[in-house]
Amino acid sequence: MSKIKIKDFNLFYDNFQGLKNINMNIEENKITAFIGPSGCGKSSLLKSINRMNDLVDSCVTNGNIYFDDKDIMKTDVTQLRKEIGMVFQNPNPFPMSIYNNIAYGPRTHGIKSKEELDKIVESSLRKAALYDEVKDSIHKSALKLSGGQQQRLCIARALAIEPEVLLLDEPTSALDPISTLKIEELLQSLKDDYTIVIVTHNMQQALRISDNTGFFLNGELIEFNETDKLFTFPENEKTENYITGRFG
Amino acid sequence: MRENFEKELKNLHLEIETMGNMVIKVIDNSVIALTKKNTDLAKKIIAEDIDINNMEKKIESHCLNIILRENPVASDLRFISSVLKIITDLERIADQGADIAEISLYLSDEDFITPIVKIPQMANIAQDMVRKSLEAFINGDLSLATEVIEMDNRVDELFHCLKNHLIELIIENPKNGTQALDILMIGKYLERIGDHAENISEWVIYFLTGKVPNI
Repeated sequence: MSKIKIKDFNLFYDNFQGLKNINMNIEENKITAFIGPSGCGKSSLLKSINRMNDLVDSCVTNGNIYFDDKDIMKTDVTQLRKEIGMVFQNPNPFPMSIYNNIAYGPRTHGIKSKEELDKIVESSLRKAALYDEVKDSIHKSALKLSGGQQQRLCIARALAIEPEVLLLDEPTSALDPISTLKIEELLQSLKDDYTIVIVTHNMQQALRISDNTGFFLNGELIEFNETDKLFTFPENEKTENYITGRFG
Repeated sequence: MRENFEKELKNLHLEIETMGNMVIKVIDNSVIALTKKNTDLAKKIIAEDIDINNMEKKIESHCLNIILRENPVASDLRFISSVLKIITDLERIADQGADIAEISLYLSDEDFITPIVKIPQMANIAQDMVRKSLEAFINGDLSLATEVIEMDNRVDELFHCLKNHLIELIIENPKNGTQALDILMIGKYLERIGDHAENISEWVIYFLTGKVPNI
């Protein structure tokens, strides 16, 4: 079942067209990877899904993105971002305790009860496979965590507001291989409960964890297919040339 | 462009071509050893089987190395996995050639109970199948690969003719039984060589179309 439907979507930064007539359906409880060379539009599309591009003055879009059949442009943006969480390339914990990093979101959404917040913090840390590592230092600064732990904290923080979709923009590119592996395993365990979209430059990562992959080039969606199929027998020659390293 | 990787793939092409030529020669020589009762040639085939085994190991390790270092995908992955499967078939073909050579040693001091006609015919087709399947692989020729699969029917037909003829000879004179079984074994080895060539073509089709063979 499609969780997100993208229809005839175009995106411009002033006169530059960053995305050209994108049509794709993102399936529920699946991991969808966006791949392609730098500047191909994959991150722009990711940021369009929870309207992060609203914050870019020069950015104009047309076409539609539907989240659960609701047009995202007609949805309250705060509510949209609660339902569609995002994790960025560089871990960006707030300069506060681990606990407060996670409680921050729920508090802004009106949850004040300490008991309730305690529960949310613990369950979010558990879902992000971080609880056992930090349970004894939960009130210490999040900035003392390793890069990999900080990124899992950011995922826990995103999960704390109970989103349905998790968008990740190159979440492991700043991490070592062990931390990368932990994040990849975490994402695979989360897909039963969430719909995940990940932008990655690492094709092996897309292969390892995603169910479907979209290949973007110069603002166009060249091919969108099941990951196994795209990496063994791509339908488009441009996809073949890119993934086999015979492009550029 | 991944120049080193391209070079590695070209080397694999050359290696599989070399192994293919070695194997085709084994089929040829095994039948010559039989029909000409050439025991030296038969012994040479048996002794040199190890070279083909080593070639298989060399290509296999080359493929594993490429998988490890280059993480091949798409047509590159299909090419390398096809090479890994094809060399197994080639090695088995060479084993069957050596088995024919071994039987030809037992038969070298006997008169044949029947003129050896079907065996060279089968060997010619089987050898042609191996050659064409490898040519199809190297040149990415889908129609040639399909042609090879059809050729296998002819080898099977010849094997059945041979079998029926040998049964008649045994009925005629039960003393023919021992040699008839040896000749039948040779026919069976050649029929299996045809099957292996068909497998190779199936892998060529997988390489070209992504369609996994039903082997």
